Amino acid sequence: MAIEVEGKVLETDEEGYLVNLSDWMPGVAEIMAKDDDLELTDEHWEIINFLREYYEEYQIAPAVRVLTKAVGKKLGKEKGNSKYLYALFPYGPGKQACRFAGLPKPTGCI
Amino acid sequence: MSEEIKNFLYLNRRAPYGTIYAWESLEVVLIGAAFDQKVSLAFVDDGVFQIAKGQDTSGIGMKNFSPTYAALGDYDVHQLFVEKESLEERGLTVDDLMHLTWEDEDEDWAEKDSIQVVSRLELAEIIAAQDVVFSF
Repeated sequence: MAIEVEGKVLETDEEGYLVNLSDWMPGVAEIMAKDDDLELTDEHWEIINFLREYYEEYQIAPAVRVLTKAVGKKLGKEKGNSKYLYALFPYGPGKQACRFAGLPKPTGCI
Repeated sequence: MSEEIKNFLYLNRRAPYGTIYAWESLEVVLIGAAFDQKVSLAFVDDGVFQIAKGQDTSGIGMKNFSPTYAALGDYDVHQLFVEKESLEERGLTVDDLMHLTWEDEDEDWAEKDSIQVVSRLELAEIIAAQDVVFSF
């Protein structure tokens, strides 16, 4: 599979995750969101950027439980809960947001 | 899922690179931690090198996954036992290891050390007290 972003063809796996992390650019998230009928707001970007920083630091995509806790710590309790994160990413904040962020499927996602 | 919480210990005995054991162990730990079990890790023999500071894999073409150990605290893994004799036999001290911590949510995210250096004898007792031991 592949997606086309800004004239470039980027390879994705069977679940739609980017094969090469280094292919990521903001347009990737925009195109993937459009395919999921989502419009990205600043709140979405806050989580996507958070995930990219988490990956940069720890070299893994966090499980959703870990993401929720870490968001709560960094961005505040009102954002570090499943209700807030699922409202932004209805297909699951771990899976969907990680896909938008160009990360692999979360480790510990069951 | 069973209500019963069991004690799981992951015993790591091999050097981090050259075989896939160390990375596989870490992945299983991260996946297993999603199941609400009490998980701890032990590092013995060359396994102590898995959490050594300053790892650089640029010469061997493998991903340096050592930063991932720092995420263990987020996964509620708070106990990393390191065998004292294994360190000594390799000329290492705890200062040669990464400073790995976890944050206690109940104490306003107070940072606490995850690594505990234990003797061979103490580790044997820790292992004996486990419900499940995975050896990698």
